[in-house]
Amino acid sequence: MSDKTMSADEAVARLESGMTLGIGGWGSRRKPMALVRALLRTDVTDLTVVSYGGPDVGLLAAAGRIRELVTAFTTLDSIPLEPHYRAARESGAFELTEVDEAMFMWGLHAAANRLPFLPVRAGIGSDVMRVNPGLRTVTSPYEDGETFVAMPALRLDAALVHMNRADRAGNGQYLGPDPYFDDLFCEAADTAYVSCEQLVDHLGTAAPGKEAAPQTLLLNRSSVTGVVEAPNGAHFTSCAPDYVRDEPFQKLYATTPYERFAERFLAGDEQAYQSAVRTWHKEGR
Amino acid sequence: MNPVPAITRAEYCVIACAEAWRDDGEVLASPMGTIPSIGARLARRTFSPDLLMTDGEALLVGLDGTPEGWLPYRRHLTAVTGGRRHVMMGASQIDRFGNQNISCVGDWARPLRQLLGVRGAPVNTLNNPTSYWIPKHSRRVFVARVDMVCGVGYDRAAAAGPSATRFHRIPRVVSDLGVFDFATLDRSMRLASLHPGVTVEEVREATGFELSVAADVPYTREPTPLERELIRTVIDPGGARDREVVDPAPRTGEAGR
Repeated sequence: MSDKTMSADEAVARLESGMTLGIGGWGSRRKPMALVRALLRTDVTDLTVVSYGGPDVGLLAAAGRIRELVTAFTTLDSIPLEPHYRAARESGAFELTEVDEAMFMWGLHAAANRLPFLPVRAGIGSDVMRVNPGLRTVTSPYEDGETFVAMPALRLDAALVHMNRADRAGNGQYLGPDPYFDDLFCEAADTAYVSCEQLVDHLGTAAPGKEAAPQTLLLNRSSVTGVVEAPNGAHFTSCAPDYVRDEPFQKLYATTPYERFAERFLAGDEQAYQSAVRTWHKEGR
Repeated sequence: MNPVPAITRAEYCVIACAEAWRDDGEVLASPMGTIPSIGARLARRTFSPDLLMTDGEALLVGLDGTPEGWLPYRRHLTAVTGGRRHVMMGASQIDRFGNQNISCVGDWARPLRQLLGVRGAPVNTLNNPTSYWIPKHSRRVFVARVDMVCGVGYDRAAAAGPSATRFHRIPRVVSDLGVFDFATLDRSMRLASLHPGVTVEEVREATGFELSVAADVPYTREPTPLERELIRTVIDPGGARDREVVDPAPRTGEAGR
């Protein structure tokens, strides 16, 4: 098996301007923030970002990297409205494809299954149809004759996700309560980069114990291109059970102008970021 | 013995929210907001013991918080499309036919205020019963026309056809002033009950569209002594409900209608 380990910078060096990029996690939960921070250090721009949006969207929007966003919401969870996303939307900074959470999920399923679309009972009757004039409906070929939205596949050039653990071959394990849609993001993408809290030699054991329950092995290596060890790499979002969301820091993020935040925390590499965060906490905020 | 404090407005709201889940059986109660959460727990503790509830993350939990099942986001969406769920959502705007908006205020292409996004409102409203909770009833929320239809109302569902109407149902809207339903011929919003202390005039004043009002509007029911006790000492001893809906100052004169 090939060793797919690489640094965050090596992973994002494979991304190109104009790509469609899926980002896993949900809201402000288990976001691949170290990879997003690495992406911010490149010149990659003009992205179509596909995300159940959190601070990944906020940061990329504030940095002007998004041409189009595909989402059902963007939130920081404990802070309901994402300030940088809001500002970008209110200034018309990028195009938005706004779909429902379930439509989004079916779009990923369609892409993962190499289908052009999947039918979903959602969207019709709502203004999702008005703001997405390209959406089509499909009529059931069976006796019921019902009409559904034909949610187009959300095929991705690349996906970024964050796991609790991964091996060098690209198998990924989540130990928290929710897989979110991270496996689907990887399967819907031509390339997928997985950051992890901990790189291990083997995820499973011949005699599975509690921690190695096979259903926690979420990602299989056939849909993973690169593995990046990034301890605390979801910071400041949550990464259960390794850590909870850094609420004070998230509050700082949400209340600081982006330029000032970036100057203090995003000017250097990931190590510099983690160190700046520790310093900020030590200073008693 | 000290007299029992009077029922607060927030407690009437809790009762009104709890009643949304009466007779729902073994479905997931998805309350959004403090008072709907207290209401759902009250319903489960009393008249709807079979309800399923989550910890707000990925677990189904019992009344004491002990996990009894697993419900990550994607299975949550299956509960929605399978119809085994009754959600009570919030609304930044809601209109006469129950169309709801949580996406943005103003023109969608360039919003005055960007809000959350449509979230799951389109799929919710077409698949499982969807009620609404509005803690501050005003003309800013109860509008003639919502800026972005996220949750689908009765008129829009009807126009979209049988696939939209098949499982569409908005059982009730609860606000800090009263309870509303769509039990009218044209499925427009109707004042179903007033919280004690509120007048029809007050509701009309705070509503940006014409509301159906029956000749004799009942008051929202009183909590039973057991329910009152459960709310105050078991479910919400910290009084979070009174922070979401502050009790109005005592009015002078009669609480007329």
